[in-house]
Amino acid sequence: MTQQFSIRKYLRDIEMPFCPGCGIFTVMNAFLKAVHELGHEDLSKFVFCSGIGCSAWIPSPHFIADSIHTPHGRSIPIATGVKLLRPDVNVVVFGGDGDIVGIGLSHFIHAARRNLDILVIMVNNMVYGMTGGQVAPTTPFKIKTTTTPYGSFEQPLDATRLAVAAGACYVSRWTTIHQNELRETIKKAMKMKGFRFIEAVSQCPTAFGRRVGFKDAGEMLKWFKENSVSIKQAEKLDEDKLAEKIVVGEFIQRQRPTFVDNVYKMIEEAQKIDEN
Amino acid sequence: MKIAKLNTYFWQGNEACAEAAIIAGCRFFAGYPITPASELFEHMAKRLPQVGGITIQMEDEMASLGAVIGASWTGNKAMTATSGPGFSLMQELIGYAFMTETPCVIADMQRVGPSTGQATKCGQGDVMQARWGTHGDYSAIVLAPNSVQEMFTLTIKAFNYAEKYRTPVILLADEIVAHMREQVTVPPIERIEIINRRKPKTGEKAFFGNEEVPPMPAVGEGYNVIVTGSTHDEYGVRSTANPIVHRRLVERLNNKIQNHAEEIADYESYNVDKCRIGIVAFGCTSRAIYEAAENAEKMGIKTGYVRLRTLWPFPEQIIRRLAKSAKKIIVPEMNLKQIFYEVERAAKGSAEIIPLNKIGGGELITPEELTAKIQEVAKEEKK
Repeated sequence: MTQQFSIRKYLRDIEMPFCPGCGIFTVMNAFLKAVHELGHEDLSKFVFCSGIGCSAWIPSPHFIADSIHTPHGRSIPIATGVKLLRPDVNVVVFGGDGDIVGIGLSHFIHAARRNLDILVIMVNNMVYGMTGGQVAPTTPFKIKTTTTPYGSFEQPLDATRLAVAAGACYVSRWTTIHQNELRETIKKAMKMKGFRFIEAVSQCPTAFGRRVGFKDAGEMLKWFKENSVSIKQAEKLDEDKLAEKIVVGEFIQRQRPTFVDNVYKMIEEAQKIDEN
Repeated sequence: MKIAKLNTYFWQGNEACAEAAIIAGCRFFAGYPITPASELFEHMAKRLPQVGGITIQMEDEMASLGAVIGASWTGNKAMTATSGPGFSLMQELIGYAFMTETPCVIADMQRVGPSTGQATKCGQGDVMQARWGTHGDYSAIVLAPNSVQEMFTLTIKAFNYAEKYRTPVILLADEIVAHMREQVTVPPIERIEIINRRKPKTGEKAFFGNEEVPPMPAVGEGYNVIVTGSTHDEYGVRSTANPIVHRRLVERLNNKIQNHAEEIADYESYNVDKCRIGIVAFGCTSRAIYEAAENAEKMGIKTGYVRLRTLWPFPEQIIRRLAKSAKKIIVPEMNLKQIFYEVERAAKGSAEIIPLNKIGGGELITPEELTAKIQEVAKEEKK
């Protein structure tokens, strides 16, 4: 029987910079609870990499763990170097939508293609929060941001479906209203190998909600609740209706040879040739 | 061949760099193909797995240096190689490596720029980029080989400086040195000095301060190290508003190299204290100085030279000495005066600095051209 969950066990005694009502607290809680339920008394079996933005601050410097806070968008490449030389540790990348599928998009696709054995948790708040609420690759069409004052005129990117197409082994999406599902999906992903991607759709009441008319974080959560549909439900909806919905659930679970395994197999082969 | 041993080899510059890196202990290479550095990458792809190392091709230059930095934090020695356009892309992570004190080696085989310029032709236009490419205040260690043998020795030196000072080191070669083949003698392995980073003792926690070069833990070993490119205190904790924390950090990062400038500064010199005409050159351009100096001596013009092996820290003392005896110093470069102003700065008005520049097409400054320049300058002086 595991001890009762205490989030403090995993956190440094450092003041958190997140705004009141931020969805990051939910994601952080879900992750650490998953870690606890998997039986990790501490984070010594983990190395965290994160880029720039609010979500990157989830592990760095808050987790009592090894964490590498990288330049904007470069968390996945740095995680690549770490994982290849330390295949025995769990490498987890935290990042926002701007970090992972904005500036870091190409790294994201290539890591999924290679099936690099890392878990990427992307907190999608649909906006560039830390820099003051600019349009993100995930901002819904027509939504007003500080750089799209007349409403976004770009189509948003579906990072989850992209991860599936690029070759990820495990992909799921939930929102911050789905706390249990989020925790369970993290647990499941942590037990797997290969490239695993979890998208956590999250509220940013300060840089997003406030500007589009949500009174507070609670209203945004209500919005998530009312607009989330499961993959099954989504199949029955036509495209127009679907555009306004958040499709949640497990998108894929499959086994593919992992990048780490492939690299070490290559080294083995090379050394055989050398011996001859 | 697991590791190159005491022997004489006929290597290309790129190969010599790869073999030296392996001897220095490099076990990770991540790169993105670019002329004229691709042969180094290809040689590493073949050779590193043979010694249990990893070579991977990443999606771009940022990713390459990123993977190298990640690998370095696992306690391994790692490098990447590129040329001007790729080097430009890497600047973001060079700054990060400097700020996080991550040992790594970046080889830049220069070609003609700006931009894609002339991909297969030799240039020396990345000199200032190697020194000031990334933003903020930092001190670069930049080494510049002029032969294949020196590509070998300076690559080992680059790894040693990276480990000793916990910093990225730039090996600034050029297309000619990277592509030419020459004889290389590998000394007995036990006579090659290999420096490894200092690891923390139990209980040590200030991985980013307290000492000039703090000990470096590896991730995954229980130190709970916080690595960040943002301003941080000696424990790695971000402190982005405190001027004292920033000054203390960045001044230390600069000083740990500047305080050892004379020790790091490396050059070959001839006749510096009793010459009329001086030459200061580096990389492939410096290959012309020997013959030119000999020609000039035959004509009765006392000539001395300094051939720079480190561009930064800039070997100021030796330039000052040269400027005290030589009235005029010629600086031949395959760029439009990038090291020229450094020489002028170091000479402090004691000598007139004369540029000799050539760009494009990979055309070298020949010994004849340099001799002619010496003659011209000597004639002017007599007037």
